[in-house]
Amino acid sequence: MPNKRRAIRESFGDRLFLAGVYVFLTIVLAVVLYPLIYILSSSFSNPLAVSAGKVWLWPVDVSLLGYQVVLSNPQVLTGYANSLFYAGFGTVISVTLTVVLAYPLSRKSFFGRNLLMMFITFTMLFSGGLIPTYFVVKNLGMLDTRWALLIPQAVWVWQVIIARTFFQSSIPDELAEASEMDGCSDLRFLWSIVIPLSKPIIAVLCLMYAVGQWNAYFDALIYLKSQHLFPLQLILRNILILNTTASNMDASELLKRQQLADLTKYSLIVIASLPVLVIYPFVQRYFVKGMLIGSVKG
Amino acid sequence: MVMRKPASQASGSRRLALWKEAKKSLRRHWQFYVLIFPAVLYFLVFKYVPMLNAVIAFKNYSVVKGIWGSPWAGFKHFELFFHNPQFWTLIQNTLLLSLYQIAVGFPVPILLALALNEIRGGFFKRTVQLVTYAPYFISTVVMVSMIMLLLSPRLGIVNLGLKALGFEPVDFLGIPGLFRTVYVLADVWQGAGYSAVIYLAALAGIDPSLYEAAKVDGASRIQKIIHVDLPGLMPAAVIILILSVGSIMSVGFEKIYLLQNPLNLETSEIIATYVYKIGLLNANFSFATAVGLFNSVVNLILLVLVNLLARRISSTSLW
Repeated sequence: MPNKRRAIRESFGDRLFLAGVYVFLTIVLAVVLYPLIYILSSSFSNPLAVSAGKVWLWPVDVSLLGYQVVLSNPQVLTGYANSLFYAGFGTVISVTLTVVLAYPLSRKSFFGRNLLMMFITFTMLFSGGLIPTYFVVKNLGMLDTRWALLIPQAVWVWQVIIARTFFQSSIPDELAEASEMDGCSDLRFLWSIVIPLSKPIIAVLCLMYAVGQWNAYFDALIYLKSQHLFPLQLILRNILILNTTASNMDASELLKRQQLADLTKYSLIVIASLPVLVIYPFVQRYFVKGMLIGSVKG
Repeated sequence: MVMRKPASQASGSRRLALWKEAKKSLRRHWQFYVLIFPAVLYFLVFKYVPMLNAVIAFKNYSVVKGIWGSPWAGFKHFELFFHNPQFWTLIQNTLLLSLYQIAVGFPVPILLALALNEIRGGFFKRTVQLVTYAPYFISTVVMVSMIMLLLSPRLGIVNLGLKALGFEPVDFLGIPGLFRTVYVLADVWQGAGYSAVIYLAALAGIDPSLYEAAKVDGASRIQKIIHVDLPGLMPAAVIILILSVGSIMSVGFEKIYLLQNPLNLETSEIIATYVYKIGLLNANFSFATAVGLFNSVVNLILLVLVNLLARRISSTSLW
């Protein structure tokens, strides 16, 4: 009898707790979701409505005006193209360097792997600083060139670590040794066997580097001067935060411009985040996997 | 493990064994050594050479004379920095911001992960995960613009809401005292879902027999969380905490730089932004490098201390 009573009481307390958990998560969901929806709605609304503060949740007077203005801005378009270039090319460079570093590190018979590992991970703990790194880039003649965005941040130690962990746990040493006895060279083994088997981790590496490149602005800020090289984020910064626009509208358009200015910011934000947030739902599984692998090593 | 031999003999034979192993590996894996060469070069050039370049912190760097030709200045720049009236403000801003961020940003993902772990999989759970994970991928520039737009005194939604409730609009980004709160809350908003995934992974790795034992013992959900979930999270949490402390001195530099304006500067100016402005914008290279070096060294010391602490208290540590 006492057991039955205890079971029911606990079950009630637990159910109450569970209800509380659901309430908590719903609030979290709303808090995260609302700003995103608001920005999306504002970008699709009539500029007058946005300026007047009529938009709360849904678009008011659906209008594509904001997008029209944004997409006809030549700076935005060049920025977009540049960012696609940096993301694509930069990812290829980064993933290649990461894999050729991580794979040898995963092989136990590779002499010096511990030393190499320490060599790399030390850079996570200490760095020369902003100015000394700037000097290196400058002395290499990379200032104001595309290379400045592709090379200095090419390899992230964290990525090397999770790639190495993946190789260690997914490519059995026996396989490597067997193929070695069959006369397969290390390089050929890597290229023909390891890489095809490593699609999940390569996908994670690609996505992390690509998103990192797409979202980066600071390196462009300090290394680039020529506007035609600017990635999208830098253009965004100029327009959204510094409030400078390449205005080719004349004075009579100023009033309209003010209202448009507020609206275009929302549209600009949506356009800039579009690639990432569209691919995101499909790809988040791989990111999650990447985090799992990485945190197993810790 | 090698047996202990008399010291000289031991080191001699161990060195010989190592050398043999090295030669064997070189012959067998020569392709690896070639393969890693570009990457190693990258680290040397872009990570280690800057460490050497940082020597200009101890010199009076002149562009004409170059790094190695510039005259020595000893600790002059460091002394200048320590006696600079801004010194304490900078330290205070940097530390307070980081500590505040850790204080709020550390527990929230844990709570989120624990909560998500309580509910069964399904549409709701997947939606919450998907949505909370998303803000992490918003770029810094976009994130800051969102903050500026939503908190705008004129037509930001937050202030519109305040006005509707009868309050006066607040210039959130213009009041120094509010800066830290704005920054920390926005940072948590953006990063909590992402960190929660790590904790969820840790929770998924907990031995299911522990849960069964808890059930048999009649534990309630809350008790289960306290006695099974939290201990299972500890290793991951400790690592993340160490890493957070390790970046205390360089906290959110890119985001803070964009959020700064003349009005909030007295709270928002941290060491890293100061280095950027003094160094690259004012071309005061030696001084800025000295400050940056100070920053990095303090960072390293903090990391080592926290790691030691973690090793004493728990069984997990970074190294």
